[in-house]
Amino acid sequence: MASPRRLQVNESASISVVRFKDQKIIDPVAIQELGQELFDLIEKDDRKKIVLNFDNVEFLSSAALGKLITFEKKAKRTGAQMILTNISPEIYQVFAITNLDKLFKIKDSEADALAVL
Amino acid sequence: MSATPPPADRSLQVSLPSSLESYHGFIQSILEHLEELSWKTSDLFAIHMALEESISNAIRHGNKEDPAKRVAIDCEISSVRFWIRVCDEGAGFDPKAVPDCCDPDRLEVPGGRGLALMQAYMSRMEYNDRGNCLTMEKSLSGGSPSACRCD
Repeated sequence: MASPRRLQVNESASISVVRFKDQKIIDPVAIQELGQELFDLIEKDDRKKIVLNFDNVEFLSSAALGKLITFEKKAKRTGAQMILTNISPEIYQVFAITNLDKLFKIKDSEADALAVL
Repeated sequence: MSATPPPADRSLQVSLPSSLESYHGFIQSILEHLEELSWKTSDLFAIHMALEESISNAIRHGNKEDPAKRVAIDCEISSVRFWIRVCDEGAGFDPKAVPDCCDPDRLEVPGGRGLALMQAYMSRMEYNDRGNCLTMEKSLSGGSPSACRCD
């Protein structure tokens, strides 16, 4: 994978742990780039186990949610497992309002996710 | 909801270009003013979400990013109430025709969540008949946002 601009990716055994560099995921160009970097993880790098760590994320728009949903669908199609972690109460509320807490697998911490992947 | 704004400490009228890069400074100035008026962090998050979704919708879906069109905003702010009207120059739409993102069968559809977020975070929200002007209000006694109706 080319050096990502929007994501920080750490490979741990067979698991990719992904952090978002932007605290506010709003800008349409940034969302587009972020989406492509996520898609590359499964489509180019063939990663099968992914943890998305939200500890740096303070705000995200519905456009960012849309990109995450597309990523989840692509992951499912390629047989990749994905778990979201370290989501702040404010961001979790965004997921709950839009019913996405039922779509995504969410764990409190990165350790919790690594334990089940 | 009354179309007339309530008494306010500060009143703003701005006309924004139809560019998705054009409005973040405006949102930031609103949030800073609310912060000066001692609005809570959770309320600032809620208003930030409503501003982001309403203005980006007006630019993207209303004006279709046409540089010849503008987004007109009236905003009234006090220490207890936030009121805003966001109007685009598009043909308008019927908000009732937007599919419910809480429908379990639509869980994996990427779009259509902005309206649900604004509805949840604002005390009141209303479109005009044409569907090109959105009026929203949040009062300090507005309570917590609710999750999907299907819950």
